[in-house]
Amino acid sequence: MSDSDIVQDFLVESYENLDRLDRELVGLEKNPHDREALASVFRTIHTIKGTCGFLGFTKLEKVAHVGENLLTRLRDGQLTLNPELTTALLGMVDAVRQMLNQIEISGHEGERDDSVLISTLSRLQQVPETSAKRGVPVLQSPAEPAATPAIGDILMQRTGVTQAEIQLAAEMQKEGDPRHMGEILVEQGAVRPADVVEALHIQQAARTQATLSDSTIRVDVGLLDKVMNLVGELVLARNQVLQFASRMKDTGLVAVSQRLNLITTELQEGVMKTRMQPIGNIWGQFPRTVRDVAHGCGKEVGIEMEGKETELDKTIIEAIKDPLTHLVRNSVDHGIELPDGRVKAGKARIGRLILRAFHEGGQVNIEISDDGAGLDVDRIRKKALERGVITADQAAHMAEREIFNLIFLPGFSTAEKVTNVSGRGVGMDVVKTNVEKIGGTVDVQSTRGQGTTVRVKIPLTLAIIPALVVTCGGDRYAIPQVSLIELVRLKADEVGKGIELVHGAPVYRLRGRLLPLVYLNRELKLGENRPSTNKDDGAVNIIVLQADGRQFGLVVDQINDTEEIVVKPLRKQLKTVKTFAGSSIMGDGKVALILDVLGLAQRAGVITEMRDRAVTGRATEAASTKEEKQTFLLFAGPGDSRMAIPLSILARLEEFPANQVEMSGSQWVTQYRGQILPLIRLSVVLEERRNKLRGVHTLPPVDSGPIQVLVLNHDGRSFGLVVERIVDIVEDRADVRSPATRSAVLYSVVIGDRVTEMLDVPAILRRASIPTARPNAAHTPPEVVN
Amino acid sequence: MAQTSQFCTFYLDKLLFGVELKGVQEVIRSLDMTKVPLAPEVVSGLINLRGQIVTAVDLRARLALASRPAGLLSMNVVVRSDDGAVSLLVDEIGDVVEVEENTFEPPPETLRGPVREMILGVHKLDDRLMHVLDIEKACQMADVTGATAAAR
Repeated sequence: MSDSDIVQDFLVESYENLDRLDRELVGLEKNPHDREALASVFRTIHTIKGTCGFLGFTKLEKVAHVGENLLTRLRDGQLTLNPELTTALLGMVDAVRQMLNQIEISGHEGERDDSVLISTLSRLQQVPETSAKRGVPVLQSPAEPAATPAIGDILMQRTGVTQAEIQLAAEMQKEGDPRHMGEILVEQGAVRPADVVEALHIQQAARTQATLSDSTIRVDVGLLDKVMNLVGELVLARNQVLQFASRMKDTGLVAVSQRLNLITTELQEGVMKTRMQPIGNIWGQFPRTVRDVAHGCGKEVGIEMEGKETELDKTIIEAIKDPLTHLVRNSVDHGIELPDGRVKAGKARIGRLILRAFHEGGQVNIEISDDGAGLDVDRIRKKALERGVITADQAAHMAEREIFNLIFLPGFSTAEKVTNVSGRGVGMDVVKTNVEKIGGTVDVQSTRGQGTTVRVKIPLTLAIIPALVVTCGGDRYAIPQVSLIELVRLKADEVGKGIELVHGAPVYRLRGRLLPLVYLNRELKLGENRPSTNKDDGAVNIIVLQADGRQFGLVVDQINDTEEIVVKPLRKQLKTVKTFAGSSIMGDGKVALILDVLGLAQRAGVITEMRDRAVTGRATEAASTKEEKQTFLLFAGPGDSRMAIPLSILARLEEFPANQVEMSGSQWVTQYRGQILPLIRLSVVLEERRNKLRGVHTLPPVDSGPIQVLVLNHDGRSFGLVVERIVDIVEDRADVRSPATRSAVLYSVVIGDRVTEMLDVPAILRRASIPTARPNAAHTPPEVVN
Repeated sequence: MAQTSQFCTFYLDKLLFGVELKGVQEVIRSLDMTKVPLAPEVVSGLINLRGQIVTAVDLRARLALASRPAGLLSMNVVVRSDDGAVSLLVDEIGDVVEVEENTFEPPPETLRGPVREMILGVHKLDDRLMHVLDIEKACQMADVTGATAAAR
């Protein structure tokens, strides 16, 4: 190993250690008596100091040395950590980090003067007379703090056994007693056997923790990317082998190719996993950020995190790091009030900042909430008017939520004073742009006086997205599912009256609103003569899409299916074509283009190039006032009763012929996309118990018509809800409610002027005894990795 | 001994062209191609090269030559450009030739227009001239003769 390799390893290791130091020091400030954390901080600095001396970085060593001295006092209990000490220690961490940076760039520490820092640290380690007397060494074995705790120590902490008893036992062992410490203590009646077992478990856990670092290795990301590419190629080769094998009708070959198939799929999943990182990796630095910002503006803020283990693709983690940091700083700087103000408002002195991450519908949600002052609607409105972002007329009609979202416009900042953190009018718009760049969305909600929540939704991975595959002009195109709202199919006899013209521009009346129609073959100049209808039945397929708050209907020849596709960027030769976001290789090895819905909408003139968000009017209102207006699926339940579910939990609407329904126990099931889909009959779930047994074990009569099924996703599990008839999709406030009259119903509500029962989906699942935990096998792997 | 270099040669509308062999990744027969609507005219489409999506550039169009007669299948010369692999569509593949530096001459002053910057010069072979193509320039699309604007 060459010198530079050693330095490189030292740098990588030290950076990680420093990040941990930041967290631990901030943690220690709150809980200064956490001996374990203190020992860990001490160890880290000690290691850095030792290595610097070895590598000849004297300045670095000097700084680390005074830091270590101070930490020794803290560890030995002669000093207690206070904000002043923490700041000094964090200053030392920063100095060390800067020097490491310098070493990374130039190979030496550079010219710097750390005398102020060193003298501060030296001054702080002067132990006040009184505390020196009080001081008692708290760590038993400072020389080897990393060692696994002795069983006696664990027992001493957790049970009433005294030091004397343990020492006695240790003496006996020294004198040749072959028994274990635990056995001796039990024999003496000092502890119960159960305590010893528990202590052994704790010791075991500590041991595993110690060896955890040995079970992981560092891998070059470039290498991982290469492996990903190769797996992608392997998948394609596998597909060809499978096709070949099925033609050959050779059982041996078929068996081998099946095995190849399974192994490839597993390999693909494994490689995908290597790219996933918990979001905690970037959250780790936030306690420090929050502390620094809070100290800087005289506030007290506590940070809480939920869902640290939520995993995201590495590239996405990197892309959201800066936007999230900005949002966190913003919350502390703008959101949370000064301690005195908080007390006056009847809140706790210490502000709360909550970070929350969770998976939902193939996306990751990240929420940054504070319990601060909230956004001031009037001030934002005033500012927007001043800046000419909106007109007075618009301002009067905008919903509160829309006004909140104005803060994401460029050059918009309502901070009254410019601090070094925020208030300079750069930031929120950059946050929005960066999040949108990776296919995500940002939304802000706020209650005056109670706090603000910023919600960021981002896709799990950039590499693979769910998409709707359509055919137009004989070629296939993929439409990212995030832009998709619904599909409308007009039968041949409905086309004439369904599609109307506004001075030549085709529109479709979608639930009373005019939806502009865009013909994909015309936009792509695929030849005007080709009719945009299915040849066999003359029906028209309209895909309702949303781009930048505007809805429009895209007319295509045929809707194929939804598929997980691997996104490959377009090369520079095609960068000028704004209609396409990328390309992908389909299952048959052919290339399909991915439509850029925003680019397409711009091209078709649905939205102007300016992306004028503020004036999108009604359409944005529908999208951004979800809080007040929700979209529901209306359907007829048993006995033609009118029922609804929120559209958000619906995955698809399906129609199954009665003869495709099979029995599994007393459960109806059907084969659906390579899985077994349990079918829940509303008629059975909603019936009273005494009637329940009637007809439960029978299949639907084969000659009856197709059954209507709502495919729902709950807790990552798919199931079908059998209903009588699908009525409509409506948007409604649904605020006139009354309590439910039967179970499995949440409440009754007036939707579209009629009383409708809102179903309680989790309750239905419980009643139908469908397990909600997701079995691993239910996961279908995407086709190609890259 | 003069320095020699190797060229991969191919034909376009009966003209002999050459690209430096070290810039060539592979030569393959005609592949299934996905056309890209609205793309510049010189982009024939996208091909799937063992899991990699490669843009195919119609060199005839790029060099302002007559378009390929129907029925004549093109060959793919896959070259490595700054922006990854690009496939150049050519009529026919020739030999790999080794030429000496002293047979090279820059293009005549009378060769003008956008084509000039793509042709570095010619090597005077015994029986004919070999046009030396600048791979980077040939793969560049930004300054294509207004084809982008026309297509949109």
